[in-house]
Amino acid sequence: MNHNETAVVRSPEQVLAANKTIRNTYTLLSMTLIFSAVMAVISTGMNVSFMTGLIANIVAIALLWLVLPKTANSSTGIGVLFAITGLFGFGLGPLLAHYLHAFTNGGQLIATAAGGTGVIFLGLSAYAMQTRKDFSFMGGFLAAGLIVVLLAIIGNLFLQMPALHLALNAAIIMLMAGFILYETSQLIHDPHVNYIMMAASMFLSILNLFTSLLHLLGALSGDD
Amino acid sequence: MENNTTFMVLSGLLTLGILVMFWPRARAMMQHSPKGSGVDWISAILPLLAVVGFVILLIAAV
Repeated sequence: MNHNETAVVRSPEQVLAANKTIRNTYTLLSMTLIFSAVMAVISTGMNVSFMTGLIANIVAIALLWLVLPKTANSSTGIGVLFAITGLFGFGLGPLLAHYLHAFTNGGQLIATAAGGTGVIFLGLSAYAMQTRKDFSFMGGFLAAGLIVVLLAIIGNLFLQMPALHLALNAAIIMLMAGFILYETSQLIHDPHVNYIMMAASMFLSILNLFTSLLHLLGALSGDD
Repeated sequence: MENNTTFMVLSGLLTLGILVMFWPRARAMMQHSPKGSGVDWISAILPLLAVVGFVILLIAAV
């Protein structure tokens, strides 16, 4: 029998618990996105260098991998998640400043990428919520895809091929769209999911989707 | 120039670090993910195709 057709009987308590997890995840995700956007605006205004942005990203990734998993089961995890998303937002500032200064339509590109990311995220989440399909079968494919993309990113640091850069951004958009389906379905079907870890995963998918969409729009529609 | 090289080296190390940290989880996902049927894959591919169409629309609109 296909796992996706397996009838899952849940008690009212389990349904309530799942709904609470979904509500907590989306509330936390919205708050961290707003906080991250505020930090991005601050760092754009401060004109911080790309090196400072990179260091902010390195600290955020270190917190994400080393601290968040250990604190996600306590209220400390919420503070750590805000620190991580704030640092990622701060790290985004130099990129946004670059688009604003390098392109005459930089503001339009950023607004389009942000709006597009919002539409894609809400659309895919609504699709997964409405159909209530279990997309856990995509896990292996998404993991393999992400490994290939990370290897290609390292390769392109040496090769510096613009066409590969474009192809990688397109691939990242598809992968992050897949991850949004996968994570939303996990939120619905996995009773043991931690809402802080889920909010962190969804935040990363949204952030990567936004930056790749911005790069793609900049390369194909940017006016120098 | 030197600053640019340092930035590139740090970026490369960061990406490599992400790869190394993600590898155990990725391996587990690849080994333990359930297999999807043709219908399952179609239900995943359709919204992804809609994303492709939407991105093309955005590129054309800007």
